[in-house]
Amino acid sequence: MLFSAILTGLVLGGTYALVAMGLTLQYGVARIMNLAYGDIIIAASFGAYVLFTALGINPLLGMLIVIPAGFALSWLIYAVMLQPLARRSRDRGRLEGDSILATFGLLFVIQGVALVLFGSGFMSYSFLAVPVDILGTTVAANRLLAFVLAVVFGLGLWLVLTRTRFGTVIRAVAANPASAPLVGINVDSVARFAFAIGGALAAAGGVVVSMYLTFSATMGVIFTMKALIVVIMGGVGNLMGALAAGLILGLVETLVASFIDPGLTLAATYLIFLTVLVVRPQGLFGRAAR
Amino acid sequence: MMKLVFALAALAALALVPAFAGPYPLGLGIGILGYGVLATAWAMFSGPTRYISLATVAFFGLGAYTVAVLADMLPYPLVLLVAAFVGLVVALIVGLATLRLAGIYFVIFTFGLTELVRQLVTYYEVNVTRTLGRYVFLPLGPEHIYWQLLALLAATLAIAFWVSRARIGLALRVIGDDPVVASHLGIRITRTKLTLFSISCVIMTLAGAIQAPRWTYIEPSIVFNPTTSFLVVIMALLGGPNRLFGPLLGAVPLFLLFEWLSANFPNHYSIILGLLFIAIVFVLPNGVLAAGDSLWSRLTRREARP
Repeated sequence: MLFSAILTGLVLGGTYALVAMGLTLQYGVARIMNLAYGDIIIAASFGAYVLFTALGINPLLGMLIVIPAGFALSWLIYAVMLQPLARRSRDRGRLEGDSILATFGLLFVIQGVALVLFGSGFMSYSFLAVPVDILGTTVAANRLLAFVLAVVFGLGLWLVLTRTRFGTVIRAVAANPASAPLVGINVDSVARFAFAIGGALAAAGGVVVSMYLTFSATMGVIFTMKALIVVIMGGVGNLMGALAAGLILGLVETLVASFIDPGLTLAATYLIFLTVLVVRPQGLFGRAAR
Repeated sequence: MMKLVFALAALAALALVPAFAGPYPLGLGIGILGYGVLATAWAMFSGPTRYISLATVAFFGLGAYTVAVLADMLPYPLVLLVAAFVGLVVALIVGLATLRLAGIYFVIFTFGLTELVRQLVTYYEVNVTRTLGRYVFLPLGPEHIYWQLLALLAATLAIAFWVSRARIGLALRVIGDDPVVASHLGIRITRTKLTLFSISCVIMTLAGAIQAPRWTYIEPSIVFNPTTSFLVVIMALLGGPNRLFGPLLGAVPLFLLFEWLSANFPNHYSIILGLLFIAIVFVLPNGVLAAGDSLWSRLTRREARP
């Protein structure tokens, strides 16, 4: 019982970590607090759903379509909507305020489109729902796949950011956007690119979510919230922190749901969030005074 | 003095509306007053500090729920007092936990607070009282609700006016402009923010409590509807959150527009809302009144300089 709860928690946590990595890129590099992030995730889930049920395309192959679409959509959102705001605002506080408000509006637009297209019902499809035996506990194969995918994407992103020249450029902008132009970095285009990669990760997360969870058009807010909590717990811009915090959040949620009461998972999430905010506002793994 | 007389005359004229208006216009009036109160209360704190609260409906819903739970047990004025007290306690808890931190954490926390409160209330109702959904039977007609809201709006505007003149309002404005300067001036930042946040939240709670009898049937998903928070922010922003009458002026046209939209385009409602919101953030970052002022000063300056 405990072992199976931990396993479920790890799977859920892997998805949270994957999703939060995208948000930490968007907020850490592009300085946009994107409240519509969860709705991009849900949009990708719907995309995978349509591809699978209408066209019979396996979600793994579907990723090849959905992830570039998420990248393109986010690129467009940043170029059309957020870049003018970033240019207009002189200080960071103003940009944060404006971007929160603008993406709050975007949240309702995306959610509204999803409601018109798919209605408000819960959706799911059955993909790889075969039991797999791990150390005496049975887990559905799609959950296992979800965890593996989260690990692969997370590791890939981490390698790109730490081992390549382009990753170094991104980290330079995250560390100090004012000095980055001095070494010949085009902050505008790097920010746009980082925001788009964040959107691609959200899309990947959405496909993963759709493989093993039921989802609905209005669930985006919950994913945004959880991704935000993971980002803050892990420390803004800290990928490994997001990974650890995502796993912790997934474990806590599953343990609370299976041993206390499923109705209190969100309350538990909030309790962790508040504790982290009050005790370590720089994040569990962040350094003080970034 | 003239302004005071004018304000009282306007108040008296508005108080007479239920005597003439039919049930539908009266319902519109109640809606406008309700959103006017919420938007003015929201702007009282969020205007000067730029701490964007997305949790308006959490307090609004708490007020409505308190009335639903206590309506049969206590006399009505006492119920309102308890509702205000509940709002105050929650505001203090939320404020103490989040107002010390950078603005962004506050926004994020309030963003999810509604969902949290809704889930906790649902959990409590399902597991402790074993009923989800309550009926509110109070001997209050729409005109009583209208008058109460009108009184609350007058009180809110009076408080907002007083705050804008008093030391605490000036202190809040300094904090919003530059917290470092504020602390060097000897302003107690957290206490100032907490005081005004609590006042604003208590007013929101009362607005929910007063409107509770309108629904008759109350359920968490009805009273904790996040669209309300969204509407309040967009109204205050349209009118201009730093003006006394700004939020109210934003509430009147937008409420009427939303009524019309939800009657005619129920399916595309939230898409239109979202687009409108983005447009307002882009075009009118300081609200209609400020935009009008700058246009006016530009025109007059041009005339003065031939």
